[in-house]
Amino acid sequence: MLAVEMKDITKTFGMVKANQHVHFCLEEGEIHALLGENGAGKTTLMRILYGLYKADSGEIFVNGKKVDIHSPKEAIAAGIGMVTQHFTLVPTLTVAENIVLGYTDGITVSQKDIEKKVAEASQKYGILVDPSAYVKDLSVGERQRVEILKALYRNARILIMDEPTAVLVPQEVDVLFESLLRLVKAGLSVIFISHKLVEVMAVCDRITVLRDGVVTSTVNKSETTQIELAKMMVGRETFGVTRQSTRKTGKTIYELSGITLEGKHGRKLLNDVSFSVSEGEILGIAGVSGNGQGELTEVLTGLMTPNQGSIKLMGKEITHLTPGQISEAGVGRTPQDRHQGIVGDLSVAENLALENLPVYTKNGMLDHKKIIQDAQQKIEEFQIKASPNDQLRTLSGGNMQKVVLARALSRKPKVLVASQPTRGLDVGATEYVRKRLLEERDRGTAVILLSEDLDEVLALSDRIAVIYEGCIKGIVPSNEATPEKIGLLMAGAC
Amino acid sequence: MGDFVIDLIAATLRIATPLIFATLGELFCERAGVLNLGIEGTMFWGAFVGFAGASLTGSLWLGILLALIGGMLSGFLMSILSVRLGVNQHVSGLGITLLMTALSLFGFRLIFGENRVLPSIAPFQQLNLFPNSAILGPIFSQYTLTYIAIFLIPVVSWILYRTTFGLNIRSVGDNPEATDAAGINVYRLRTIALVIGGGLMAVGGAYLSVAQLGSFTFGIVAGRGWVCIALIIFANWQPLKVLWGSLLFGGVQALQSRLQLTGIKLPYELFLSLPYIVTILALTLAGRNVSAPAALLKPYKRE
Repeated sequence: MLAVEMKDITKTFGMVKANQHVHFCLEEGEIHALLGENGAGKTTLMRILYGLYKADSGEIFVNGKKVDIHSPKEAIAAGIGMVTQHFTLVPTLTVAENIVLGYTDGITVSQKDIEKKVAEASQKYGILVDPSAYVKDLSVGERQRVEILKALYRNARILIMDEPTAVLVPQEVDVLFESLLRLVKAGLSVIFISHKLVEVMAVCDRITVLRDGVVTSTVNKSETTQIELAKMMVGRETFGVTRQSTRKTGKTIYELSGITLEGKHGRKLLNDVSFSVSEGEILGIAGVSGNGQGELTEVLTGLMTPNQGSIKLMGKEITHLTPGQISEAGVGRTPQDRHQGIVGDLSVAENLALENLPVYTKNGMLDHKKIIQDAQQKIEEFQIKASPNDQLRTLSGGNMQKVVLARALSRKPKVLVASQPTRGLDVGATEYVRKRLLEERDRGTAVILLSEDLDEVLALSDRIAVIYEGCIKGIVPSNEATPEKIGLLMAGAC
Repeated sequence: MGDFVIDLIAATLRIATPLIFATLGELFCERAGVLNLGIEGTMFWGAFVGFAGASLTGSLWLGILLALIGGMLSGFLMSILSVRLGVNQHVSGLGITLLMTALSLFGFRLIFGENRVLPSIAPFQQLNLFPNSAILGPIFSQYTLTYIAIFLIPVVSWILYRTTFGLNIRSVGDNPEATDAAGINVYRLRTIALVIGGGLMAVGGAYLSVAQLGSFTFGIVAGRGWVCIALIIFANWQPLKVLWGSLLFGGVQALQSRLQLTGIKLPYELFLSLPYIVTILALTLAGRNVSAPAALLKPYKRE
């Protein structure tokens, strides 16, 4: 019997079609993977099942019965539990309190009682937790166990796990998989959201692949391979900008060697990252979101100082310079989140001048006339739809990005770090930004393009580096790069 | 000297009473994740409603009851703004304070007109628990409301830590998303917390007019509401510590008024400022290791 059947589910957010006519079936007692890139619509689909979103159209059946789920409460009542990436635990409460929260009977709560009940559940399901510990003192892996037990305590028969391994260290992953396999034997059905091929092949029985909100295919694990899955996940023709396949590039001007960045508890956010970029070359850095792109951007622009390694610009060490000095040395950048690069309350002209104030300063005063003049010229050059005195916050995302880009390019950088330059932009603005990047390369700039959009990386780059969990998994020349090859690297399969 | 100390302790309890009520009220709001800056106005409103109720009905207790209900309404109004509509809590709280203050003065004028002589009532009598003891007698000659205030502290503590409602309140103030995901109605829970909180604040205000003063004046609350906001931090959002904070502030207040009478040659403003200086000192010392409810000040909205 089918534990869950989702029929013809469609969900749109504004212009974005997150799910289009999605069919999804979960059989009883199986682990079923939902595989796809970021933004493929996996989480959206599951949030619909769990009552956090409402589908525009479509039907849901649980154990053969049609259900209408409007809230998590109703999902729980239907026997569905969800463990999200961001745990829904209250740090200041104990494990037992968290587990019984919203699921108690009676007016009073006795710590002893609930701790006993939770300990019993912990024994029964074989998920080890300390009922009297405070959640704020637990490790991420322990918190996840609390979340799972919380769902089981509420009699969940269907468990949704949203990227459960994203936050775990390898040993914890093993423990999680053992628990899941044991629970499934006891009759639980599991939906496992992931973009990691290795894991999907390790624990799942069947796999449904989503791409751009559409189901590509549902396959049995035994009948497929990682390569085939990677193809289904990202496989499509590259589009857009055409360029000659072989190009002559100049001499190497930017070099990263052995960059390591440690986060809290010594976790390595960047691990021995090395690459070099030449004049007139675009080095694309591809990867699934959250694999270290943000940290790498911050290291490249000087916002974070790496624990080890060095960055050299034309043979000169720039590792420990401040962001201002790095910019002055000739590294232009557009930040990952464009709002980090602008001041919304200031005008377009002021924002354009912001990184270059000494040029506009005379006797300690700003030369407003020159600022406005230059802004006027930039606005024309970059086709920014605004006037110099408009407040920047009133601009559209595309125009904001053009402002950021115009400012970065106005200093004629030798190296341009472009992080997610087209994220959230419409087609026109996206094309414009991409065109500018190519022009910049032709001018001789070394461009580092960090993007989660694989098409973009494939279309623009001369070489492609893939980042996975803070490591560069490989660097491939663009004429050898296929979506499947890059996809496998992105999924950490090689 | 003995008399001085006994008198001081008795006065401390008297002064601490409205602080205990109002701080416990604020505690409910803040543990649920809402900073209720309407506290000053709600106390003033409680003082007015309590006084007007008592003088119109002739029953002091009816006055207190009306103040309680009036305060709950004020808390409900706060909840509409800050919980349902998600208005910035600073803005809505200060708005409530301005509104309730103006409303009280307006109501007072409407009911009592403009009198040369301030209207007054015969306030509560003090209740002596130990009529035969020379020491305990004077100390425990207090208004019934003072005994209720002290009794409320373990009650509130029990509610917060030993009941389902309290568990829900504690969780919603720290992680409303988790609380929502657990199937609990965040909006309803916060509304209830604000209604209870408003009621307690107003009773604190009514104590001033109905028990202590027997009349209603423009300066009757005199910033006590803001003191309570500080006491919450001092108490690290825990009911039992509210008692110590209130007693400390009440004690210094009682001490300073007595010091003024000793004839020490210092400007009297210095004595008046003593409680506030002590509050600042206590806050800087005690306020270093506090942990506010994580969701405090954040209106909750489902994605």
